[in-house]
Amino acid sequence: MSQASLAKPPRSAEKSAAATVLSMLWRDKLAFVSVIVLLFVFLCALLGPALLGDLATDQNLRGRNSPPFDLSRGWAFVLGGDALGRPMLARLIYAARSTMLVAAGAVIASLIVGALFGLVAGYMGKTVSQVIMRLADVIMSFPSLLIAVVVLYVLGPSILNMILVLAITRIPIYLRTTRAEVLEVRERMFVQAAIVMGASHWRIIGRHILPQVAPTLITIATLDFAFVMLAESSLSFLGIGIQPPDVTWGLMVSQGRPYLGNAWWLAFWPGLCIVITTLALNLLSNWMRVALDPAQRWRLEARSTTDE
Amino acid sequence: MTKLIGQRAVASLLSLLVLMVLVFFLSRLTGDPAVLFLPIDATEEMKEQFRVLHGLDRPLLEQFNQYVLDLLQFDFGDSLRKARPALDLVLEAYAWTLPLALLTMTFVITAAIILGSLAAFKVGGFFDRLVSIVSLVGASAPDFWIAIVAIMVFSLSLGWLPTSGVGSVAHWILPMAVLFIRPFGLIVQVVRSSMLSAQSSAYVKTARAKGVKNLRLIFIHTLRNGMLPVITVIGDQAAAMLNGAVIVETIFGFPGVGKLMIDSILQRDFNVVLAAILVTAVAIFLMNILIDIAYGLLDPRIRQ
Repeated sequence: MSQASLAKPPRSAEKSAAATVLSMLWRDKLAFVSVIVLLFVFLCALLGPALLGDLATDQNLRGRNSPPFDLSRGWAFVLGGDALGRPMLARLIYAARSTMLVAAGAVIASLIVGALFGLVAGYMGKTVSQVIMRLADVIMSFPSLLIAVVVLYVLGPSILNMILVLAITRIPIYLRTTRAEVLEVRERMFVQAAIVMGASHWRIIGRHILPQVAPTLITIATLDFAFVMLAESSLSFLGIGIQPPDVTWGLMVSQGRPYLGNAWWLAFWPGLCIVITTLALNLLSNWMRVALDPAQRWRLEARSTTDE
Repeated sequence: MTKLIGQRAVASLLSLLVLMVLVFFLSRLTGDPAVLFLPIDATEEMKEQFRVLHGLDRPLLEQFNQYVLDLLQFDFGDSLRKARPALDLVLEAYAWTLPLALLTMTFVITAAIILGSLAAFKVGGFFDRLVSIVSLVGASAPDFWIAIVAIMVFSLSLGWLPTSGVGSVAHWILPMAVLFIRPFGLIVQVVRSSMLSAQSSAYVKTARAKGVKNLRLIFIHTLRNGMLPVITVIGDQAAAMLNGAVIVETIFGFPGVGKLMIDSILQRDFNVVLAAILVTAVAIFLMNILIDIAYGLLDPRIRQ
């Protein structure tokens, strides 16, 4: 699922699609930095725990709440130590994995289910569409935090259940967007032509409708990734999300809260990680909104030719 | 207008019913209050007594029937923990949440309209940048972290404001400031974009050509017509504040309905949870009607 294949310009054959996207990205410095930050976070989540080994879990009572910016204990303690003397930096990298896992799992699950039902609701007749939309309305009308609390209490708070709960509450977003776009795309000439030429339903949906809808969905998913991350960290902060020994940034903030008076870094750094990641996601999604929209992309491309 | 409100009432009632049934049965699945409330060395006999006392020994369906019957007489049952009517507890909590939400929303709306209008008036200017920075931060920073950093800076380091609790005016400043950020960021963006589109309409251009002064042009001619989408967002955000102040109320020890809800869920105090949800739903319903009326006041076309 690369951005390049989705953003492929329809007729320009001079540069490869990936190069076009990259040069467009380079023009917008904020978006470029966001991509770097996000890549870094994903790499930390992917490789961090393996590279760190036991560093993130080894307790060291002498290093309890050791202050940040002090290199006498080694590089791992540059952001300070936590209440059990574990290095904050290693803990943050370690926590990135669960944080990303929950958010990515919830976003991908809700994206797939929502887009599927949205396609069906937009493509099929009125009755099916009505039933699906009313279901979405019911989900939307729930106070989602409250439902999450109750469901997590019934099912028990594990990473899989977190993904499940967050995914369910986010499905309507994708469902509504997909349906609205399908309803509009369905009436366009090229879809009508495909129908007249006798293309099968799956071919029409897969080859003609989905590529039109995908850019919007990916833009929303990027934005939603930030939202789901915030929701997960709120739940973990309240103590009904991820449970120790698993750890996410939200949980780290809540674990650091009792030490606010004497060790501010325990709650500060993980929160800062959340802010930086969500900020990068927001900026990237702003950029994608323009870059992935063929009607608006000239703004970025035009700039790249005039700049040079 | 009345037809619109009628439709809304039916839709709200339906989702309220679904919500009630769902929460009733889900909350009963979360665990046995008898185990949770009585001391660890309580005998099986004492637990049984507790269940009989609170009607927890009867079949679920029977419990539900009884609950609905009581509800029709405005009896929400008693809180298990405090042995007081659940409705009283919820209403007391609302006496704290309502002023908090109302005051914060008043500040949010005033600031968002003034700053958003000024930002739209001069795109790329000082106000425009201020607005885009604040709305980005509001969308990116988790409120519990903002709350904690605010406590760290203003309460612990500077010692200006109390860390939590209620009692004086100073206790209200931090919760309100933290609650302010997200809705402000969202509403100010909607104000800005709807003011931008209203500015290019013919009547604004006419007014400008007539030589209407800038401030009058912004706040009288453009604003009234740019307000409709803004009111929708204000409604959503106010509803979110009514049931979503959970985190801020928990951190600042503010005895509002969000804290009551989360505490009751964690303590399995079913009746209070259900009462809090139902009262909140009714409050949101009433607010939606107010918003419909506001639409009608602003736009004569809707009144017919």
